[in-house]
Amino acid sequence: MSARRPLPRWADVALLPAINLLLAFLVSGLVVLMIGENPLHALQVIFYGAFGYGDGFGYTLYYATNFIFTGLAVAVAAHAGLFNIGGDGQAYVAGLGAIVVALALDQTHWLLVMPLAVLAAAAVGGFWAFVPGWLQAKRGSHVVITTIMFNFIAAALMVYMVNRVLKPATTMAPESETIEVGGRVPQLREFFSFFGYSPVNLSIVIAVIALIGVYILVWHTKFGYAMRVLGANPTASRYAGISNSKMIMITMTISGALAGMVAINEVMGVQNRLVLDYVAGAGFVGIAVALMGRNHPVGIALAAMLFGALYQGGQELQFVIPGITREMIVVIQALVILFTGAMEGLFRPALERTFMLLTPEQKADAVAVSTAKTES
Amino acid sequence: MDFAVLLSILDATLRLSTPLLLACLAGLYSERAGVFDIGLEGKMLFAAFGAAAVAAITGSMWLGLLAGISVSLATALLQGVAAISLKGNQLIAGVGINMLAAGLTTFLGQTWFHQGGRTPPLGDGGRFPQITLPFANELAGVPILGPIYAELISGHYLLVYIAFLAVPITAYVLYRTRFGLRLRAVGENPKAVDTAGISVIKLRYQAVLITGLLCGFAGAYFSIAQGSGFGNNMTAGKGFIALAALIFAKWKPVPAMFTCLLFGFLDALQIRLQNFELPVIGVVPVQAIQALPYVLTVILLAGFIGKAVGPKAGGVAYTKER
Repeated sequence: MSARRPLPRWADVALLPAINLLLAFLVSGLVVLMIGENPLHALQVIFYGAFGYGDGFGYTLYYATNFIFTGLAVAVAAHAGLFNIGGDGQAYVAGLGAIVVALALDQTHWLLVMPLAVLAAAAVGGFWAFVPGWLQAKRGSHVVITTIMFNFIAAALMVYMVNRVLKPATTMAPESETIEVGGRVPQLREFFSFFGYSPVNLSIVIAVIALIGVYILVWHTKFGYAMRVLGANPTASRYAGISNSKMIMITMTISGALAGMVAINEVMGVQNRLVLDYVAGAGFVGIAVALMGRNHPVGIALAAMLFGALYQGGQELQFVIPGITREMIVVIQALVILFTGAMEGLFRPALERTFMLLTPEQKADAVAVSTAKTES
Repeated sequence: MDFAVLLSILDATLRLSTPLLLACLAGLYSERAGVFDIGLEGKMLFAAFGAAAVAAITGSMWLGLLAGISVSLATALLQGVAAISLKGNQLIAGVGINMLAAGLTTFLGQTWFHQGGRTPPLGDGGRFPQITLPFANELAGVPILGPIYAELISGHYLLVYIAFLAVPITAYVLYRTRFGLRLRAVGENPKAVDTAGISVIKLRYQAVLITGLLCGFAGAYFSIAQGSGFGNNMTAGKGFIALAALIFAKWKPVPAMFTCLLFGFLDALQIRLQNFELPVIGVVPVQAIQALPYVLTVILLAGFIGKAVGPKAGGVAYTKER
């Protein structure tokens, strides 16, 4: 007796995430209410802080750039049925590639430094994801556990590298040397004064290219097709003559390379040196972004903007309403992950039943089912 | 290295491996029942906060412990609803819980206590005291065995003894009781359990709640035994080390204890070895020792030192029929 019908595509892609997102915001609103602040006022502050003026909007775009990269990283892996939880570590070590290239070519021009740094960051980030991919493909270890472990190994490695290897003898702070001005990724404010002092930079162009690239890769190439077959049914893909282990390794490498692009935005565009913990959990936000965006570049772009706005608006929030701290944004993020990811099934049955009543033949079905239930 | 130094390292090992052991056994129940739990960290953090907050307000360690356990149980229940009833992705549920814990504890801590997310330092009644076992002081003078008894075995927090007591209990429950048999079965082949007329859902909820209980103890240990109050993100990745230990121990209670002791020992060694020069190698980077548990787990998972195979039905929600 399978009376349940799948939802229409638009409801699955847009309506259900929207409802779940609303629920996440509602619960966040309750938390705000609990500490005696007005959630609507908070929302207004967030919105103005994120979109209301040039600087704020620039910051929103800057955060969104990171989230597009990590969101795409999670999404690409997800299409092949892999859950890459290690975006944080991959983005973090990618900074090594970026900084080494940037420091080596310091005196030249950014037009030379940037592409090479992109390649280096992609290579290092890709490698950090390739190893878990290889371990899953060849040795059967679960990619989720290995990427978690690799996050921690990355953290330890970077503390060592920054403190012992990259730190110039003259400074006390745990950070690498600073890149010369000529080698830095240009800020958008150099072209548009609208953005004020915000750190949004040319990396956003790479983010847009990455979005388009992933769209083409997943839906318009043979490789993307093989990837989706693997994700949908590994047995079928093996019988279709696709090498599953090769696919897993390549997909994970692409995923890690995408996560590695965070290093371009942060190290080359904003910090101009390698500092500790610069990824600041962007890899985990990527999980929420990919879940909300349904692993589609358009969805990811929108979800990344939403989280960018939340981050920037959240910064603003703690100045305007002192009772609310930055962590409120982490709470909202977590609720989004819980409701749109893990508890995604919460409203699905009810929604499916509602939709069944909308079309005539489905309504007849539904009536038949309910009478069958009462008779039995 | 002389005897006193060795003794103090081993003493620190016991203290550092206690929360690992509690969390590791917690994960064992849940994962043996077929529910992957990467939310151990989050549950401990919630429990640590709950325990410290209540202990700070009431001044009672027992109420603190109770609060920590309750908060952890509630979190486990939330995770259970997502992973068992709603058949959501168990891994994503865990990630969500971890994030929620990191955000909410700091946020509420800041709002309630206004100390940058910390709880106020706890006084005497709010913290677990170190227990001196009988005759510890009298026997301290006996060579070799005396100091071992007085410093290594005696003088720990109650929760340390509970953690190590939980090992034989877990082994007994898992291998000698009907509940344990069913628990193991539901992680390997839920369909068979269902066919035998036993509720898969109920069993898994029971397992997840035991996980919550043990994480409650572990969290309380952080804030009201080892520490005197809650600090931001004070579990600092220990939940993931516990997860690594669980894999390393191949989901078995007694090996879990030895793995946790090993990881605790590495931790103790790492604290000792800071700026300490070894004869041949020179200064070992502290980070290398910190990363060792994770590296070992990766190597083990890759099957290079034995094979770690988890419960077969782990990670998938049970659906009766399609």
